[in-house]
Amino acid sequence: MSRPEDTLPPDLFYNDVESRKYTTSSRIKNIQADMTNRALELLDLKEPSLILDIGCGSGLSGEILSDVSEDEGGPHAWVGMDISSSMLAQALDRDVEGDMLLADIGQGVPFRAGSFDAAISISAIQWLCNAETADVSPEGRLKRFFDGLYASLKRGGKAVCQFYPKNAQQRSMISNAAIKAGFGAGILEDDPETKNVKVYLVLTVGGGDVTGTVS
Amino acid sequence: MKLLTLNFLTCARKTCKSLPAAFPLHPREAELEQVETDMNAALIKNILPRLEWDAMKTVTTELGLPNLPAETPAPEDLATADGEPSQTLKDLHVLLMDTAVVSGKLVCGNCGHEYAVKEGIANFLLPSHMV
Ligand SMILES: [Zn+2]
Repeated sequence: MSRPEDTLPPDLFYNDVESRKYTTSSRIKNIQADMTNRALELLDLKEPSLILDIGCGSGLSGEILSDVSEDEGGPHAWVGMDISSSMLAQALDRDVEGDMLLADIGQGVPFRAGSFDAAISISAIQWLCNAETADVSPEGRLKRFFDGLYASLKRGGKAVCQFYPKNAQQRSMISNAAIKAGFGAGILEDDPETKNVKVYLVLTVGGGDVTGTVS
Repeated sequence: MKLLTLNFLTCARKTCKSLPAAFPLHPREAELEQVETDMNAALIKNILPRLEWDAMKTVTTELGLPNLPAETPAPEDLATADGEPSQTLKDLHVLLMDTAVVSGKLVCGNCGHEYAVKEGIANFLLPSHMV
């Protein structure tokens, strides 16, 4: 199976047909919901928070953030960024509660310093490794993204990014870019060594506890 | 785009981002919408110290909304003596969470770049020469 990020940039890949597939397939939905819940567990938020959803797509993760009960420290408010207008159109159809920006995370994170309590990203940041034109490099895009994300989080803030690294080199390229931006970073793997392995990059601002180690 | 989000959003251009004139973005030809949402007192209490109140005042004035108090409301003013949501909290909730720009433009005060808003979604994609 070819990886979508090997064939096309995300704004072209997630056209209307692909976007609909994404929100109607219950298998994809369940996996996405599981990963969002896992990321929330890792964020361990104690009170209703303002969360940045990086690559929010059709708002599947956002709906979960909006639905966290009071007993579990919610509900949270969120702002999503996504490069695909057809994915965002799906989110509008679903009437999600969060705010959304049509934006390319490789161009940076356009929020003032200390805006967010936390950030979450499900299956998005590997796209940063695609350099689509001659004037942008994966390194440059990763730097713009992680520098911007670091600044947009409050001190003591946390980000959890689930992603699909293509190989070990891409995995360390991504985590090294996060560390260079100033994050305390760790990689956590669920179901390691299986085809269902899920990789989470756990990032903290201003030190704090770090889960696992970066390899 | 909720007014809450507008209070955190800056110009996306690298040359602007850290400059005071790039925040807040100025709404132009803005169409507003008010959608009632559930009150989340703990969220507002959490976010209150992070609000830039002067920017809040600038944006509401530019949108033709009623004048805001001169200073950020104090956390102790969010609840009444018997612990009920105060009018201050209700007003903040309506302002931050229920009031949104559905269409128009957001303009950077430094570079003049206009970010279009359609159906509440702002377009922050920059052409590569502006990144
Ligand atoms: Zn600007």
